[in-house]
Amino acid sequence: MTPDNEAWILFGGLAVVLAVASLVAYVLRRRAGGTANPTVENLVARINAWWVMIAVIGAAFLVGPTGLVVLFAFASFAALREFLTLTDTRRADHRALIAVFFVVLPVQYWLVATGWYGLFAVFIPVYAFLFLPILVAVRGDTSGFMTRVAEMQWGMMICIFCLSHVPALAFLPIPGYEGRGLMLIAFLVLVVQASDVLQYVWGKLLGRHKVAPALSPSKTWEGLVGGILSATAIGTLLSVVTPFSAAEAAMMSLLITLMGFFGGLVMSAIKRDRGVKDWGHMIEGHGGMLDRVDSVVFAAPVFFHAVRYWWTI
Amino acid sequence: MPSTLLARLARSAAVLLARLVTGVRADWRGLTPSPEPRVYFANHSSHGDFVLVWAVLPRNLRHRARPVAAADYWEKTRLRRWLGHKVFEAVLIERGVVHRDESHPISRMAAVLDAGGSLIVFPEGTRNLGEEALQPLKSGLYHLARARPDVDCVPVWIENLNRVMPKGALVPVPLLCTVTFGTPIRIGEGEDRNHFLGRAREALIGLCEREARR
Repeated sequence: MTPDNEAWILFGGLAVVLAVASLVAYVLRRRAGGTANPTVENLVARINAWWVMIAVIGAAFLVGPTGLVVLFAFASFAALREFLTLTDTRRADHRALIAVFFVVLPVQYWLVATGWYGLFAVFIPVYAFLFLPILVAVRGDTSGFMTRVAEMQWGMMICIFCLSHVPALAFLPIPGYEGRGLMLIAFLVLVVQASDVLQYVWGKLLGRHKVAPALSPSKTWEGLVGGILSATAIGTLLSVVTPFSAAEAAMMSLLITLMGFFGGLVMSAIKRDRGVKDWGHMIEGHGGMLDRVDSVVFAAPVFFHAVRYWWTI
Repeated sequence: MPSTLLARLARSAAVLLARLVTGVRADWRGLTPSPEPRVYFANHSSHGDFVLVWAVLPRNLRHRARPVAAADYWEKTRLRRWLGHKVFEAVLIERGVVHRDESHPISRMAAVLDAGGSLIVFPEGTRNLGEEALQPLKSGLYHLARARPDVDCVPVWIENLNRVMPKGALVPVPLLCTVTFGTPIRIGEGEDRNHFLGRAREALIGLCEREARR
């Protein structure tokens, strides 16, 4: 397959899957009759939102690596505002917040786009980490200082640093895989999101035993095992578009679906603590941007470094 | 007051800008949008507060809802005068002046309601720059409710705008804002000032998420 063909086949396949999902939802709705079933309505909203998301990601793929850098910069922006909205920053943090949104975020994605790996990997964990508390400290308001700074740093790490590893995949120099880096992004996003969707589906069908009742009432062992196994199967089939063998793709899928699951748990813990059900309201049926990317956020850096360690020169 | 094309454009631009920066979302918790005359009373933390309320009102209600604002602020410069009169079509009230006739602020506000319009008022009187969620409410809301007891007074909580644009800030932080509309209240027969303002205060605080988390 040529790189161009790969993308067309992949997105064509996704369109077919979504069309089937829409058809199933239509039948379910017809069966429910006149009464609107909230689960079915939510399902319809989720599927419709998926059509839009796939269209937007597909458009970014057409543009190429730069398109994905821009797309994920916007995703970071949306996630960051959701995250920081729920923190307890004070007036003295205004300058630091401006710096996070309008300096740290663009610089990080500029580093992705220029392929400057050396600085990309340390810019936020070292420089932003040190300069942010300086900006806050010079304002002199010490009330809740450590909490405020730590919340902003968490926001930067989760919403900017971790998420920026997704488009960075396209810039990894892998021998014999030149010009196909976008397929690594497709692999990561597809497997992790498939795992989320399949955990939801298996959970709805067979879910009995809750995995973490204190964190999330909807996550069940049946959903978890079914979702991760079936997403890993999809990942194994997708090995043809990656530099991995089938066995390697299976291991990678297992790694990223597990990270994705735990990412969802961590982000649920934060939501619980803040007393909200969803991070935001941006995506109909799904909640906010962070509700959709929480698993990708935790999977992306680990996947990135695994690929970089074993597959690049 | 016929508005010029420029004023209408400026109005749309203000609403669009507020939407982009704050991603503002409406939570119609206590009632549904309706064109009947209403008094929206909200917490006050920024000069942009009423733009945010406008931004979440349906288009057909937006320009019926006229903000009540301080004349000393909006009359100060030519630009502010144009914004206050033509763009925001505010009911400008002079603070600290005693009125005796139909130019009395309450009469002017009541006239807007009688003409089928709505009002957006900020009963704290000045912007809240302190740590408390809400300052004491001024009696204007009570007098207005007394003057038009059959008009719904709708509590409106504007969340986060003080963090987006704190006093003195030049660049806004794009945090998400929510405008929550609570259950309307009306003044009771013979209800006294403190009691009514106490109820209004509770209605407002009850909508504050941050306060609820404490």
